Amino acid sequence: MVEVADKQVVLITGSRKGIGRHLAETYAKRGMLVEGCSRGDAGWEAANYTHANVDVADEKAVKHWISGVAKRHGRIDVVINNAAIATMNHVLLTPASTANRMLEVNVTGTMLVCRDAAKVMMRRKYGRIINFTTIVAPIALAGEAIYAASKSAVVTLTRILAYELGQWGITCNSFGATPIMTDMIKGVPQDKIDAVVQGLAIKRLGTYEDCTNVCDFFMAPGSDNITGQVLYLGGIT
Amino acid sequence: MIERSAVVEIIHAAVKEVMDQAGLPPPTSLSDETVIVGPGAVLDSLAVVSLIVEVEQALEMKHDVTVTLASDKAMSAKNSPFRSVGVLADHVLETIKEGGVHG
Repeated sequence: MVEVADKQVVLITGSRKGIGRHLAETYAKRGMLVEGCSRGDAGWEAANYTHANVDVADEKAVKHWISGVAKRHGRIDVVINNAAIATMNHVLLTPASTANRMLEVNVTGTMLVCRDAAKVMMRRKYGRIINFTTIVAPIALAGEAIYAASKSAVVTLTRILAYELGQWGITCNSFGATPIMTDMIKGVPQDKIDAVVQGLAIKRLGTYEDCTNVCDFFMAPGSDNITGQVLYLGGIT
Repeated sequence: MIERSAVVEIIHAAVKEVMDQAGLPPPTSLSDETVIVGPGAVLDSLAVVSLIVEVEQALEMKHDVTVTLASDKAMSAKNSPFRSVGVLADHVLETIKEGGVHG
C-alpha cells in the first residue's frame, strides 16, 4: 500500500521558468511537496521540489507522471496548470500546425493533467485545481487569436470541471494575470504591451507575487466554496 | 500478469465502495452477470464514472498497473465494456494486455 505524505502535494506544469518556477519555488519553500514538469530539464533545484520531463499534450507521459506522484506521495492536493505556448501571429499568417499545437498544449494538456490528478484527488475528497488563462481573451487582443481562443476554452473547461468534480470536494478555478515580463511575451512589441497596460484599471505590469496571491486565495482551506470562477487582474472582467 | 479473479475482486470492492459513497444499500450479491450500465443496472451513470476511476486506482495502488479504461476504443464500442461485472473484468484484462504500464 502507498503511504500518504503528511505534507500537501502541489503539481505545477511549466515549472522550468517564469511564473511556474516562481510558484514552485515559493510553495517548496513553504514546505509543500512540489512536483513540477516541463518539456526539458528544470535547470534548477530546491528542497521539496521534484522535476519531471513531461509534454502535457502527451497523454501517456502525463499519466505516467501523475501515477508516479501518486505512488510516491499517496495524495495530490493542488494542481496549477501553468504550462502553455503562445505565438503572436495575425490569423491570416497562422499555419494550421501552429494552431493545432497551441490547442494541444493549452487545452488538451490542461484537460489531461486535470483528469489524471482529479482521479487521485477523488480518493481524499479534496482538491484545488487552478488553470491559467489570460486577459488577452476578454480584451480580444489582435495578434493573439488562437492563443486567446485556447485560453477561452480553458475557462469553459474549468467552469464545467467545477460541476463535474465538485461532488468530490475538488474546486476548479481559472486565473488570468496581466502581462508579466516572462519569456512568453518577450516577442511582443513593447508598444503593444504598453497599450494593454494603459487599458487596465491598475496601470502596471503584473508580478509573480500577483500570481502567488491569487493561487494562495484559491488554495486556502476557506475557499472550498469558490469554484468555477475566473479571476482576472487589473480590472479586466 | 494479474489473474482474472483478482480483477473481479477489485471490481466487487469498487462497486461496494461506490454504492456506499452514494448512500445506497450494499448489493445482496455480485456476480459476473451483475449489470453496471443500462436497464437493471445497480449504479447510475455518475456512479459508473466513480467505479471506473476506483478500479483504475485500485489496479495502480494494489498491483502497480496503470491503465486508462475509458479509451477511445472503449467509449466508441457498440457494446459497452462496462455493461456488467464480467464484461468489465474482461475489458480490464484486455486493456492491460494491450498496453497497461507495470510500475
